[in-house]
Amino acid sequence: MRVMAQMSMIMNLDKCIGCHTCSVTCKQVWTNRTGVEYAWFNNVETRPGIGYPREYENQEKWKGGWVRNKRGRLQLKAGGRLKKLSQIFNNPNLPQIDDYYEPWTYDYDMLTTAPAGTQSPVARPKSLLTGQDMDIKWSGNWDDNLGGSQETAAQDPILATMSEHVKMEFEETFMFYLPRICEHCLNPACVAACPSGAMYKREEDGIVLVDEDGCRGWRMCVSACPYKKVYFNHKTGKAEKCTLCYPLIEQGKPTICSETCVGRLRYLGLMLYDADAVLAAASIENDQDLLGAQRACFLDPFDPEVIAAAKAEGMADDWIEAAQNSPIYKLISEYEIALPLHPEYRTMPMVWYIPPLSPVVDVVSNSGSDGEDARTLFAAIDKLRIPVEYLAGLFSAGDVVPVELSLRKLAAMRAYMRDINLGNEPDERIPNAVGMTGEAITAMYRLLAIAKYEDRY
Amino acid sequence: MKTRTTSTSKPGTDGPVADSLLKLGRFLRRGETSEDLRTVFKNGGRGADTFYRDRWTHDKEVRSTHGVNCTGSCSWKVYVKDGIITWETQQTDYPSVGPDSPEYEPRGCPRGAAFSWYTYSPTRVRYPYVRGVLLNLYREAKVRLGDPVLAWAEITGNPETARQYKSARGQGGLVRASWDEAAEIVAAAHVHTIKKYGPDRVVGFSPIPAMSIVSQGVGNRFISLLGGTMLSFYDWYADLPVASPQVFGDQTDVPESADWWNSSYLIMWGSNVPVTRTPDAHFMVEARYRGQKVITVSPDYADNSKFADEWLAVHPGTDGALALAMGHVILKEFMIDRRTPRFVEYMKKFSDSSYLIALTPRQDAWVPGKFLTADALPGTDASVSSAAFKTVMLDENAEPFVPNGSIGHRFSEADKGKWNLDLEGRDPLLSIADAPDYDGASVAIDLPRFDVTPDVGHDSPGEQHAGASGIVRRGVPVRLVAGVLVTTVFDLLLAQYGVGRPGLPGEWPTGYDDASTPGTPAWQEEITSVPWQAAARIGREFAQNAEDSEGRSMILMGAGTNHWFHSDTIYRAFLALTTMTGCQGVNGGGWAHYVGQEKVRPLTGYGQYAFGLDWVRPPRQMIGTGFFYLATDQWRYDGLSADTLASPLGTGIFKGRTTADTMVESAKRGWMPSYPTFNRNSLDLVDDAVAAGQEPAEYVVDSLKDGSLEFSCEDPDAPENFPRVLVVWRANVLGSSGKGNEYFLKHLLGAPSAVRAGESMPARRPKTMKWHESAPEGKLDLLVTSDFRMTSTTIYSDVVLPPATWYEKNDLSTTDMHPFIHSFNPAIAPPWQAKTDFDIFHVLAAKISEMSVTHLGVRQDLVAAPLSHDTPDGMATPHGIVLNDQPLIPGVTMPKLVVVERDYPAFAAQLGALGPLTEKLGMVTKGVKFNPDVEVAYLGKKNGLVPSGPAAGRPRLSTAIHACEMVLALSGTTNGRLGTQGFRQLEERTGVKLAQLASDNEGRRFSYPDVQGAPVPVLTSPEWSGSEHGGRRYSAFTINVEHLKPWHTLTGRQHFYLDHDWMIELGEQLPIFRPPLDMHRLFDDSIVGATTATGAPGAEGHAEVAVRYLTPHSKWSIHSEYQDNLLMLSLSRGGPTIWMSPQDADKIGVRDNEWIESYNRNGVVVARAIVSHRMPEGTVYMYHAKDRTINVPVAETSGMRGGTNNSLTRILLKPSHLIGGYAQLSFAFNYLGPTGNQRDEVTVIRRRSQKVDY
Repeated sequence: MRVMAQMSMIMNLDKCIGCHTCSVTCKQVWTNRTGVEYAWFNNVETRPGIGYPREYENQEKWKGGWVRNKRGRLQLKAGGRLKKLSQIFNNPNLPQIDDYYEPWTYDYDMLTTAPAGTQSPVARPKSLLTGQDMDIKWSGNWDDNLGGSQETAAQDPILATMSEHVKMEFEETFMFYLPRICEHCLNPACVAACPSGAMYKREEDGIVLVDEDGCRGWRMCVSACPYKKVYFNHKTGKAEKCTLCYPLIEQGKPTICSETCVGRLRYLGLMLYDADAVLAAASIENDQDLLGAQRACFLDPFDPEVIAAAKAEGMADDWIEAAQNSPIYKLISEYEIALPLHPEYRTMPMVWYIPPLSPVVDVVSNSGSDGEDARTLFAAIDKLRIPVEYLAGLFSAGDVVPVELSLRKLAAMRAYMRDINLGNEPDERIPNAVGMTGEAITAMYRLLAIAKYEDRY
Repeated sequence: MKTRTTSTSKPGTDGPVADSLLKLGRFLRRGETSEDLRTVFKNGGRGADTFYRDRWTHDKEVRSTHGVNCTGSCSWKVYVKDGIITWETQQTDYPSVGPDSPEYEPRGCPRGAAFSWYTYSPTRVRYPYVRGVLLNLYREAKVRLGDPVLAWAEITGNPETARQYKSARGQGGLVRASWDEAAEIVAAAHVHTIKKYGPDRVVGFSPIPAMSIVSQGVGNRFISLLGGTMLSFYDWYADLPVASPQVFGDQTDVPESADWWNSSYLIMWGSNVPVTRTPDAHFMVEARYRGQKVITVSPDYADNSKFADEWLAVHPGTDGALALAMGHVILKEFMIDRRTPRFVEYMKKFSDSSYLIALTPRQDAWVPGKFLTADALPGTDASVSSAAFKTVMLDENAEPFVPNGSIGHRFSEADKGKWNLDLEGRDPLLSIADAPDYDGASVAIDLPRFDVTPDVGHDSPGEQHAGASGIVRRGVPVRLVAGVLVTTVFDLLLAQYGVGRPGLPGEWPTGYDDASTPGTPAWQEEITSVPWQAAARIGREFAQNAEDSEGRSMILMGAGTNHWFHSDTIYRAFLALTTMTGCQGVNGGGWAHYVGQEKVRPLTGYGQYAFGLDWVRPPRQMIGTGFFYLATDQWRYDGLSADTLASPLGTGIFKGRTTADTMVESAKRGWMPSYPTFNRNSLDLVDDAVAAGQEPAEYVVDSLKDGSLEFSCEDPDAPENFPRVLVVWRANVLGSSGKGNEYFLKHLLGAPSAVRAGESMPARRPKTMKWHESAPEGKLDLLVTSDFRMTSTTIYSDVVLPPATWYEKNDLSTTDMHPFIHSFNPAIAPPWQAKTDFDIFHVLAAKISEMSVTHLGVRQDLVAAPLSHDTPDGMATPHGIVLNDQPLIPGVTMPKLVVVERDYPAFAAQLGALGPLTEKLGMVTKGVKFNPDVEVAYLGKKNGLVPSGPAAGRPRLSTAIHACEMVLALSGTTNGRLGTQGFRQLEERTGVKLAQLASDNEGRRFSYPDVQGAPVPVLTSPEWSGSEHGGRRYSAFTINVEHLKPWHTLTGRQHFYLDHDWMIELGEQLPIFRPPLDMHRLFDDSIVGATTATGAPGAEGHAEVAVRYLTPHSKWSIHSEYQDNLLMLSLSRGGPTIWMSPQDADKIGVRDNEWIESYNRNGVVVARAIVSHRMPEGTVYMYHAKDRTINVPVAETSGMRGGTNNSLTRILLKPSHLIGGYAQLSFAFNYLGPTGNQRDEVTVIRRRSQKVDY
């Protein structure tokens, strides 16, 4: 056992309002400069939708992440590392600017300086790359709120994998938001793919960074990252990515995207894991077992053996205490309601998500039942407006069981707390039905609903 | 097996060759490669990290906020590095809401987070600008004439030079001017206008004081002290819910957002909370985890539907029908099938349900008439004060009695201590049928309905009842009281909602599934498309929850349902739900209306400062909608017949009259203000009166009688009645709120425009207004705007002034969303030649004072003021009976006429000092008087005294911080002494103990440094209807419910019933469903869904479709603010768009992101289509306030720049909004007035050439 600490994030998608404040504050602080105009270390996608860059999840196209080869060994999907080295000058799986979008500005000056003429002045769009007039055809958030759904739905890779056809029709509309940053993976494909050894994971907290001095601009990391969260700065010729705001983390402050999240849906904290177990877990045969395998890598920060091993590694007491107080540990390991994004990429991502419950219960209600009743709701989880299968395509390699369990716990929490809210006797059968106690579900409620600043970070 | 032999027992990556290479690499790298060769670890503190560390470092963080019209009032940290603002993030230091609630941190949204982009952006206004044509004319004239005022008089007086610069408006050609010269031109225009036309021709527009109290206040003070006209905005924006004054007698008072957390059943009705209340949305999201049930009602799958347990996809504008059906279910199941004790008690105590209404015979039935009042009771002698304003109930023995608390108890000495809701042990009858001796007497009553299909033959535009109406017969139990046949409001309510009881005559539904008669769930399904079962179930759940939770059912409502022509009826149907279930005045329950209101929590101090009440009273305050309707000549194109809107049971008082005529009547009766008021200079009027040897008021009355004086609104196109100077700051009236944008350009400004409508034909013209054959173009002599970014308003302005941004000044911010007051602070000094709004107005004032010495001097000014709410003026119209041919009595049958002194040479000194009237006359807010003697003395010490000049010895107001101190010291919410004092005064009036709500904070008084440190929670004060006492969440009317303080209405209770003559004529005595205006029948616009060719220019060969045109609030802007911000544009589609359904897109062969043109009688818009299945067929959205400045090409339809969202809208007046002088239907600024509704509009859309020109 080699105990390591990982700074991790959980986003409660059930709470996300899709406001994009995180994207703006992140961009303002980190990437509002030449060379990375198109780069959003943090972006928010409407789902269903095709994301940013377009169709990044289509690994048949981009070849990101890892695959388990015939010998049971992990290899980068784009090919073994030898192949990578051989293609160093000709990376075939690189997204082009149009896959992100061509950044633009406007000739705002005209509004003030336009000479006397015959039309009111206007600011036309101009490409930030060429300086020429341009016609805006795509942006980093083009399909926000299902905009253009008729054109783009067919390209959502998750919809393509679903057994049940999802119709893009008014009555059946559903949507939710997926904010994304770098996953700071336990098994990062970008680090493995870097021919210069310029990408690394910080030993103390697992943050994945680019050594700007060492980067030679090969862009293998861009291709290898299945989340497309490494960007190429076309001015400096170096890779750049989300740093998990280490200059703030080091001061004990939350990341910009977390602190400025007005939905109050982001949690930050340390997870202890066994670094020696990661490769085996990432190499497990069945994609749907990867979630369990990754969970098994995490160590119980209260376990005296783990504490002793951590101390033996030189981990400071306050670090261990931080792992014990971590909301991440509670949400991933105690309540088991958070899930990883695309575990099948085998990078062991460390930004996890609580799936959106959002039970539009008209299916239930139209059948005459009370959609609010907890028992009815349990029965109806598979009839939610957001198909569970869609969520499973994102968070559990297609396995609906963990998603359902997570949603049932959220539903149970609502039902249990309603009784307390109305001054009724709480019904212990509700938490029991999802394998929890009233005490645990109340604690979970406080973490998710009341969610004080000091409890989130 | 084969696979087994190829797998290794030890997990690894790639294969042996790669491993060996990688192992080699380990020694070349500085970090540590993991044992399994997957990854590289490095320890912290590496040199290559410095780039990001440097980027994060900054010199300071400054607290400020955004003065934008969004109700957010979020406190931000502004980061500064090397004297440059770099970015902003939210503050997280709000005082705690308590251990069992989520907190307010962090407050902010992506728009706010993008604000610092403006500071150094190329759209920043850095210097004063003047249009070149005007500047040349001015310089030439001034050199020749040697006097700025004479120069201005000549340019504007000469039709040729006036046309030259006015027609150039908006067409580029702005040039830089010095501050001195720009200010001189603006000042000269003011002085000349006041001198020649009168001070009320100088007009100021700056909305929403709460978003930056002093920045708004200083200009408002500037206009007010000049005698100029400040325009209202809340009604103009259509955000004012007229239902609130109608039902509550209050402008708007709502719960803070943390109170949503206390609700256990929440309906979001036309309010897309994640988008429009971004920093507050989490309270709703989190309350779900407490088991709150959430319903959304929205025509589209709006963002908030993501959180909804149920989404009701209602047809746009039909929400009132759904609410009535829910009320039907509640009344039937909770009031008839079973009398829910809590609801019954609440209705009796806190609503007008038990009051008696006299019935009036009409043909073979009866119609509901007026409240029975004390003067009708036998034995009431003439000495009972205000007997006509004391409404009557029956007690448990069916004996009539006059409960305390009506407006008749509010003002007189004799009724001191009786203005309260104490029923003094009586248990009034809710229904006549509840009387112990009820004998089954009942009558048939007729009620109007407006949901019927128009008769054949009644389909030509403008024809009577083209809006379609009918009559439904129902029945009520009755009783003779003092010889009058009466029933109760509750009985009428049941009749209106179609809730039958055995033995009553009339037509009643057979069940919820009976669609044949109004009120039922099935009836609403045919109108709204919401399944009747869902409507019934949600109505039932809402009430059941209210019973179970003791009133914690809430309706969170907003612009989606409030911006309709008939939104007052929609809202009354909502308010009926929260009142009949006893939710109003309960934490976690009641109405939660959020659009545009932004509560000025330190209200009294703000009023003193902004309205200049310390020097001169009263100020001139005008209904914005009425002003723009006349000034932009939209009245010439309107011709909407008031009678069309009337009830079929009406008496014909609107016959032959347009809605414009009703506004003229309202103005002349003194119901609504009217500025400019008379067709003569109000300064000259006093001189003329003196010359004639008469008292000015008497002179005016005589002159009106003999016709030598007229109201300006009777002839708005006569040059002497034009508004001449419009000062705009903190606003973008042309690019955002200006409904009927193209009419603004044409008539107000004289610029090229794309108005497509023809003027009204003679038969449809107002009868009481003068018609000039040729409409004036360019009424305004000067449009001056102060804005830090370029907007439609600045590009059309004659003079553009560069103000400081929100990160460059001191100010105060409050909102109704949270209970804190906090500050703006300068992160940097205003860069380039920018000045704060405070300094700008002081610069202009100095110039004006200087020029006034020769041109104006000290003058007497006759101010015509309307009958005011919360004063005895509310008793000017007994029973709301509108009599004709009354003698002209100022303050009763016409406006009050008040002569005030204007010391123009002392104007600048007055602007910068606290005048004597504050302590001399005291301060009155909503009828509560405060005496701030201690505070004025304190301000003299805190701010210092003016050493010399006209304001010598008065406390200084010469900096923005001085003004902040004044606002804080003179308000009960920020000064516990005044709050307590106000409650003590109210105790005398009500006879109820109230001072304990404030007295524990009596010694607390906030000063500016307090609110610079952190947001500070305000104190409980009689300025508002709720209480924060003991750290509870604020909710409206908790003081009324818990302490029996009356609402400011006729009965002192919440009103289901309104009995003013005009309400009766409109058929709106009770909550009722009125559908969206039928624009086809009224104005010959296209029918929604039609694909017939319109013949519009350029449309030939293109398929066209007519659709309902809605303009909801945008995700990527706050009104027009931020819609030009590069960050917001990059996250959206980079320019104006129109969302439409795939079905409508198919009809016109348009695909996502293709260019389209949208046009109707008002103008044209060019945009790109966003096609999405979340939109319903037949309705398109152009998100509100898309300005013409960003990526807007030239339209094929007009050959001109393709417009703003308001190029397709216009102003329509509703007569019920114009009522005044009667209890709660009395004017107060931004409190009551015609709304600038904009949701009923229809437009035609087509695909256009994809090649666009700019």
